[in-house]
Amino acid sequence: MHMADALLAPAVAATMYAASGVTAGISVHKLRKDDEPQKLPTMAVAAALVFAGQMINYTIPGTGSSGHMCGGMLLSALLGPQAGFLSMIVILAIQCLFFADGGLLALGANVWNMAFYGCFVGYYLIWRPIMRSGLFGSGKGAQRARIILASILGCVITLQLGALSVVLETSLSGITELPFGAFVALMQPIHLAIGLIEGLITSAVLVFVFESRPELLRDVNARPGEAKRSLKATIAILAVVALVVGGGLSLLASSNPDGLEWALFGNAEAGYAENMALDEDDFGVQSDAADKAAAIQEHTSLLPDYAFTNSDSAAGTTVSGIVGAAMVAAVALLICLAGGFFRKKHSK
Amino acid sequence: MNKMEKALHELSEMDALAAQDSPIHRLSPLSKLIATVVYIVVTVSFNKYQLSGLAVMVLIPVFLFQVSGIPVRTCFYKLRIVLPLVMAVGLFNPLFDRAPMFYVGSVAVSGGVVSMLSLMLKGVFCLMMSFLLIATTPIDSLCAALRRLHVPSMLVTLLLLTYRYVGVMTEELAIMTDAYHLRAPGQKGIHISAWGSFLGQVLLRSMDRAQELYSSMLLRGYEGEFRYAKTSPFGAVDAAYALGISALCLLLRYVNLAETLGRLLVR
Repeated sequence: MHMADALLAPAVAATMYAASGVTAGISVHKLRKDDEPQKLPTMAVAAALVFAGQMINYTIPGTGSSGHMCGGMLLSALLGPQAGFLSMIVILAIQCLFFADGGLLALGANVWNMAFYGCFVGYYLIWRPIMRSGLFGSGKGAQRARIILASILGCVITLQLGALSVVLETSLSGITELPFGAFVALMQPIHLAIGLIEGLITSAVLVFVFESRPELLRDVNARPGEAKRSLKATIAILAVVALVVGGGLSLLASSNPDGLEWALFGNAEAGYAENMALDEDDFGVQSDAADKAAAIQEHTSLLPDYAFTNSDSAAGTTVSGIVGAAMVAAVALLICLAGGFFRKKHSK
Repeated sequence: MNKMEKALHELSEMDALAAQDSPIHRLSPLSKLIATVVYIVVTVSFNKYQLSGLAVMVLIPVFLFQVSGIPVRTCFYKLRIVLPLVMAVGLFNPLFDRAPMFYVGSVAVSGGVVSMLSLMLKGVFCLMMSFLLIATTPIDSLCAALRRLHVPSMLVTLLLLTYRYVGVMTEELAIMTDAYHLRAPGQKGIHISAWGSFLGQVLLRSMDRAQELYSSMLLRGYEGEFRYAKTSPFGAVDAAYALGISALCLLLRYVNLAETLGRLLVR
């Protein structure tokens, strides 16, 4: 789910940086206020472990494929949401800088898609309510069942939210011509399967930690007084699940039948409403419809294409553009060759 | 070599590149960071049909790579991870945007093809420039630059510590994975019966290790902030580099050099 730089417009990337930056600032502030300096090495070691642990392949029984674990849920269950969020930022930054996994400009968006949902939504809306609720009764077995439920639900829901954000950010950037609905229909089901597997693996690790050192996990030994909130908490969880699943399903259902229609009526990046509002009588006169779509889009799009108006003014400019680009390629090659030549001399 | 050993290998390669010496290596990390961000923002901001204007942007990283003495080849080796993702989204553009934009001879080139190509180029160029930054800047200097930009010390220290421990933990897990596979021949990954215990064991050990790490940090006089022995001052050369690259990027953004060059030849 790591996004590359090319998938984002600068305005969208900056917005996501701001959102992630503010969340990081609040997290740092909260951790400073709690004054837990010994947490820093724990965060670093846990982050390093998650980084390395994500490279382990777990065989999925009955299939030939393998899965990975979900970092955000694991870290926030161990360290709490704020510390987990900061650790995830660092993991993503190292992946971006040293492994080119996700772009530098897209880092803000990647942090939001993968760390924010996994840590804050996963912890406050899923992990904590489930762990504090009286679901499955009391006792060790019930605790174990709650850990499994929370991990799986957490991974599935946060991954769905992350995937949806990827689609939204790319569509807002006007990068892909793929209609919003079709893109959603492509991303959500894949991430549903990934989320289920990630949740299972994460729950296996967390249950192991619970068996040997339960004090390491957050909210595991909840006091009996807090069990009173169980009904409220359960309803809240169910509501979130219903909202996400319902939203995802409705998008799926509405996008599938008329995906082709969208393609015919031109550009989809202006969104749902513009496309649907087009007069279907114009179906035969395709260029007309496309023109209209472009006209509407110019008025409504968030990031208007400035150079669009004069870019197709004359066929001559494009020819010289191609020739020029070829010359640029030649110059680039020349620089490379010259550099290699001088280096060789230098080393001798 | 398993996946983790490969990752370790790549990390040490990057460290070795950053430890070299060249005019680019000697620049202040802050100046390189600014230049990189400006380059990426300008590159990404190109219109999706402005292929020829975008193509010129390649000259900046290619030239800087030569000055830094790092072969462009090394960078392209890294591209194989990211490119499929960029292409997966760009690939649909030719299907949806079919209006012909121009003709090369008698072959019509649709807007979708142009936007797909520009999307791919953008991805490659941005990657080249970020690679250059990290291949010429050691992580400690980069963290010092982040501190100068007032990124909270907690986050910067965490980045440094994590980077140091990524090597340790990855090596440990690499050995464990190898040991596991030697005992379970013909098995692709970790069996479901060991899903929890495999990582869980290391996790428990690591938590104790973190406590020891903190004690040893305290013994060495840690007070909540790392101190950097070598500070690289932001001099006139650094300012000139950051400003020069930014100005060049903006110039190439607004003046289509490829077309101007092409007009010299084609009338």
